[in-house]
Amino acid sequence: MRRERHTWLVHLVLVICCLAAVFPIIWVLSTSFKPEPEVFSDRLNLLPDHSTLENYRHVLTMKDGVFFIWLRNSTIIALITTVISLFLSSTAAYAFSRYRFLGRRGGLYIFLIAQMFPGAILIVPLYNLMRQFGLLNSFPGLILAYATVALPFCVWMLKGFFDTIPKGLEEAALVDGLSPLGTFYRVVLPLSLPGLAVTAFFSFITAWNEFMFAFTFMSREKLYTLPVGLRQFVFQFQTDWHLMAAAAVLITIPVVIFFLQAQRYLVAGLTAGGVKG
Amino acid sequence: MSLWKNIRRHRLAYLLILPTAVVMATIVFYPLIRGVLISFTNMNQYNMGSRFVPASYRFVGLNNYLRVLASREFWDIFIQTIIWTVTNVFFHFTIGLGLALLLNRRLKGRAVYRTLLLVPWAVPTYISAFSWRWLFNSKYGFFNLALKALGADPIPWLSHEIWAMVAVIATNVWLGFPFMMVVLLGGLQSIPKEMYEASEVDGCGPLRQFRSITLPLLKPVALTATLLGIIWTFNMFNVIYLVTEGGPHHQTDILATFAFIEAFHQWRFGIATTYAVIILSILLSFSFFYIRALRGSEEIY
Repeated sequence: MRRERHTWLVHLVLVICCLAAVFPIIWVLSTSFKPEPEVFSDRLNLLPDHSTLENYRHVLTMKDGVFFIWLRNSTIIALITTVISLFLSSTAAYAFSRYRFLGRRGGLYIFLIAQMFPGAILIVPLYNLMRQFGLLNSFPGLILAYATVALPFCVWMLKGFFDTIPKGLEEAALVDGLSPLGTFYRVVLPLSLPGLAVTAFFSFITAWNEFMFAFTFMSREKLYTLPVGLRQFVFQFQTDWHLMAAAAVLITIPVVIFFLQAQRYLVAGLTAGGVKG
Repeated sequence: MSLWKNIRRHRLAYLLILPTAVVMATIVFYPLIRGVLISFTNMNQYNMGSRFVPASYRFVGLNNYLRVLASREFWDIFIQTIIWTVTNVFFHFTIGLGLALLLNRRLKGRAVYRTLLLVPWAVPTYISAFSWRWLFNSKYGFFNLALKALGADPIPWLSHEIWAMVAVIATNVWLGFPFMMVVLLGGLQSIPKEMYEASEVDGCGPLRQFRSITLPLLKPVALTATLLGIIWTFNMFNVIYLVTEGGPHHQTDILATFAFIEAFHQWRFGIATTYAVIILSILLSFSFFYIRALRGSEEIY
């Protein structure tokens, strides 16, 4: 074991870095509880003088509860994206993990390269395509785009998980008379629940946090997702920082708690998928 | 085994992949090809056509590419993109490595530090971007209020070309170091402890250990993470678009944001896809050489 020296120095550096890491969020949190005149005052005030929930009330009730509509849109889109991407990635990853078929290596490489495509290259043709088929301002168009964007990473990660499941179990199930698909469904999937959870988490977060596609495809306010809706506070009126802060806190707290719980598995998934080629 | 036999034997595999292949083909590969084709046309908002109006754009050959590559704008933004990418990845890596080394020892409160340091990764990018834009607000933002409290002059963060670049880079460094930290910490923890013990018996100091054990064994993880970091940063759209919108006067734009602005602010789809194709070519050739260099260096071990 390494000798411990300069422990206080290590703690000092870590404390400073941790403060820098959480400070922007603390500042927004503090802003969200300040009454409007305090938000727009030129005095430095770390904590609000008179805390208020007025900003939250305003965000939640503005324009007949449009915040809840955005929240609902984001949730529906992220949930359906998760289901579709789980279905697609688990079947494909299983094939890549278990069968040595023609085109397997090529297929895996294509997934890897697809990760490199900037959103900028797909967005114009996709926009045209969606426009042609009347899918602008519709959920299915956006969901399809999200499920596909998340797909390459999900396939790689799940393949890594499937690779760690011993083949003997499936062979036994086949001997017992289960069909290959039945084996996949009854034996392999239940054993890879942690992997499936990570994949689901990743797809959900991808859809929940995405901004560019939603911003270009959805032009009606009632169809906005949270990121696009929130942008209005920042860019449209330029003066709604107190509302932005309250909305940001409402959205961020559940996400951060969820993320910090799940990140252990996400990192495990990254390494499982990465180490096995 | 003949080709046909192989294909028939793996019927089930192809069946399992079919849905994914269809979706990828329609949402990624077809648009990709179409994007390349659009870059050879003069497509814009008026001639693109719709369900009711036929398209009327036409083929212009390499004109877009010639125009883009001959423009001052492209090269300015190209240089900005390089500055943006190099600075970000440099700070992500050094901060990430430093923190990973600090966290890779027995330490009181390690779990708490680790969790707090992950917060920037956990917060949705768009929320972070808006939060930083608020911190940088010229009149009521935290930074200028703090400067004022210290008796210094306020800084025109988002309206001055250099300060705006500093602002977006600071935002993105904050956003990106936790990923590097986590990956490198994983790499450090996979180095067997026995190696350090053995080298201590042999009388190696900590510096020597770092140079001859930690660095070489961390190299594969570090190189892969850096490649990913470079690709992501090069394409990072959200931070710049949501903090400065590329302003002032495109001076914080990178190729990825400029392509988007050409498409959806100027509605010049031909030029926008030309930029996109150039981005893709740069990234593909860079990754190709990077991976080749990486393979070459691995043969030493």
